[in-house]
Amino acid sequence: MRDTFVLRHSAKILGLGILCALAVYAASSLFISGSYALAALPVVAAGIISYIFLSKRRYPIRWLVPGLLFLFVMVLYPIGYTFLGSLTNLGTGHMLSKSQAIEQLLDRTYAPPNAERYAYRAFQSPAGVLAFVLQGRETLLVIDGKASPVDLADPRLIDDTADGQPDRVVTEEAGRETEYRALATRDIVALLPTLEEIRVRYDALTLGIDSLSEFRVRMPKYAYDAATETMADLETGMAYTAAQGIFTSTNGEEIYPGYRVWIGFANYVRLATNPQISGPFLRVFLWTIAFATLSVALSFTLGLGLALLLNDPHLRLRTLYRVLAIVPYAIPSFVTILVWRGMLNQNFGVINQMLMSVFGVGGRVPWLEDPWVAKAACLLVNLWLGYPYMMIVALGALQSIPHELYEASYVDGASRWQQFRKITLPMLLMPLAPLLIGSFAFNFNNFNLIYLLTQGRPVIPNAVTPAGATDILLSYTYRLSFEGQRGNQLGLACAVSVVIFLVIATISAINFRMTGTLEELSKNV
Amino acid sequence: MYSRHTRFGSVVRHGLLLLAVAFALFPFLWVLSGSFNATQSMQFQKLIPPNPTLENYKTLFTSPQYKFGIWLWNSVKISFITSALVVALTALAAYSFSRFRFKGRRVGLLGLLLVQMFPQMLAIVALYVLLLTMGKFFPFAGMNTHTGLIMIYLGGAMGFNTWLMKGYFDTIPRSLEESAKVDGATPFQAFTKIVLPLVRPILATIFVLTFISIYSDFLIASVLLRTVEQQTIPVGLRVLISDNYGNRWALFSAGAVISALPFLGVFIVAQRSLVSGLTRGGVKE
Repeated sequence: MRDTFVLRHSAKILGLGILCALAVYAASSLFISGSYALAALPVVAAGIISYIFLSKRRYPIRWLVPGLLFLFVMVLYPIGYTFLGSLTNLGTGHMLSKSQAIEQLLDRTYAPPNAERYAYRAFQSPAGVLAFVLQGRETLLVIDGKASPVDLADPRLIDDTADGQPDRVVTEEAGRETEYRALATRDIVALLPTLEEIRVRYDALTLGIDSLSEFRVRMPKYAYDAATETMADLETGMAYTAAQGIFTSTNGEEIYPGYRVWIGFANYVRLATNPQISGPFLRVFLWTIAFATLSVALSFTLGLGLALLLNDPHLRLRTLYRVLAIVPYAIPSFVTILVWRGMLNQNFGVINQMLMSVFGVGGRVPWLEDPWVAKAACLLVNLWLGYPYMMIVALGALQSIPHELYEASYVDGASRWQQFRKITLPMLLMPLAPLLIGSFAFNFNNFNLIYLLTQGRPVIPNAVTPAGATDILLSYTYRLSFEGQRGNQLGLACAVSVVIFLVIATISAINFRMTGTLEELSKNV
Repeated sequence: MYSRHTRFGSVVRHGLLLLAVAFALFPFLWVLSGSFNATQSMQFQKLIPPNPTLENYKTLFTSPQYKFGIWLWNSVKISFITSALVVALTALAAYSFSRFRFKGRRVGLLGLLLVQMFPQMLAIVALYVLLLTMGKFFPFAGMNTHTGLIMIYLGGAMGFNTWLMKGYFDTIPRSLEESAKVDGATPFQAFTKIVLPLVRPILATIFVLTFISIYSDFLIASVLLRTVEQQTIPVGLRVLISDNYGNRWALFSAGAVISALPFLGVFIVAQRSLVSGLTRGGVKE
């Protein structure tokens, strides 16, 4: 007993120790990289966790720690970030903090026309590490970016052809030999994009590749004056001043990368007032509501209809029908959406071919190409995907309606339509309302359907943001974030996300109010 | 509904049901038939393929051009690990909520419900930046890693699942654990040895629900997994077909059929409890 007690406690202390070590490591890395505010987080988190695990009173919380940890880091923090991000100009060219951007710019160099030149030979190890021998004012051996002065007679440089030029470089480190073989011009051409990035620093010199045969001494391109927030281009003499997250010259030239700045509610203002953005945004917004509403209405209608047909215990083959009708529910939707996309293909799709064979030539419906037909196609496919769920829940709810109600109304001479209107529908809607609202919320963000079926296309003409006729808000956010043709506008995308948040919050509030779920739940807590 | 049977009514009823079944099954049959088709173009596909072949399935797994086997493995692996961890995290949390009384319990439970209203994918930009940053310090959990992706999925673990499981725990009498404690078991031992075996059905349900949703995730996976070797089935399948409906249809069909299998398998195993769970959700108890 005592042994296990000691063992368990040592394990706990050890675990907490590792956790704190990791936290300190993360915090110091964050601090060094300049994220001072973020650096406090891991330490605070590790402190709280240690407290929870060491305090007897907080014992029940220990059980929640693993789940809460992920909830905080992967849900709550991102939600907060989204709200804050919507107030910034975050996006392509504006991903860095100001100090990171300045650091990157100060790292840039240029080759002045009269700069000193070095002839070079390039070598590569089997592992892909590059080495160079540079010959100019002095001779340098560069291995993996690190330069050291060298003599051509150095034993590491091996001259197989005895032409006075090295053909191989062989280094020895900790008893292991590495051989670097000379690269032919053809290999150098292929590697050029990588080679051009290489900067060799030696003494106060920076060297960079200039041609297939030469390195050149490079000078810093920019100098920064923090007092005036001005970036001076030492090559051209132009001055760039910090403005709106980017260094801009007086004649409007900008140097990338820019950096993140707070821009207040500018993203929201653009969504609301810039006609090239607000026009498409409004259309996307309205279509999202229409899509979600119609999807629920259509699939509920079909699902309920089938449930009514199947609800007769005397019906033959009842179970078989039910199982077959659930099939769309048993296949992952990403598969069937892609299949539907193929079937709706204008030129080769089976649906147009069937229409053609029935109605003759001319039946080529532009299912996914015309703005309105594509909307209908989205609803059709979503109906196919959605009705089995509605059928299942409606069948369940139908069975809970007391049979006596129908018998009594039958005796009173009610028609079937009256029975449906006055008994079935109200008795169904009461328990199913939360599920219908849930289904609305799901379809409001039914990204898979829209993106895999149409990618939001066809494109809305004259939109400066990537917006299409079938885009819903979430797919619009996705395309703003990751598929922008003129760069990704993450800040704007965050603003759209916030709009979606607000809509969902409203729906949920209505849902809770209507059904009293919260009150009921908090009673049962 | 109180029914008045007529012969005509019965014919109409079966007619409508057959129509619905045809609607439900047609895409399924069409893609199944396509996968055995010898020609790649879907223009000349017949519902019953004239020269059925398994060539498409073979190509998927042998051709160096498609990483289908890898995608399938990635998807199954990620979904499986995530679901197992979700079950573990949820069970721990739900047990605490069910058995202990502590400060913040009520707020915690209701808070979970509220947070869950907002789908994680809305914060996709933040998740993207988060993984970029995380990758700088912990490369094994950064961009384009399965670890990073699974950690993001785990963020959505709590919430409804905790509620579902807590409800189930509440139905298990405490007397069992109390007698175990009298015998010297720690609360954790009582939890793993006595309670967990009793709640296996709910563990299975949550595992299945998570598996199905993670297996189908396209959005988050497509943003965070950048290279072909790391991608999952939904992303890969879309890349496979992209706009090649004219000339890769049969191959895609075979891929679609295989992609559906793990999902279908899990669905069939769990169908009974899933359907009853859904219907129970629909009926006020």
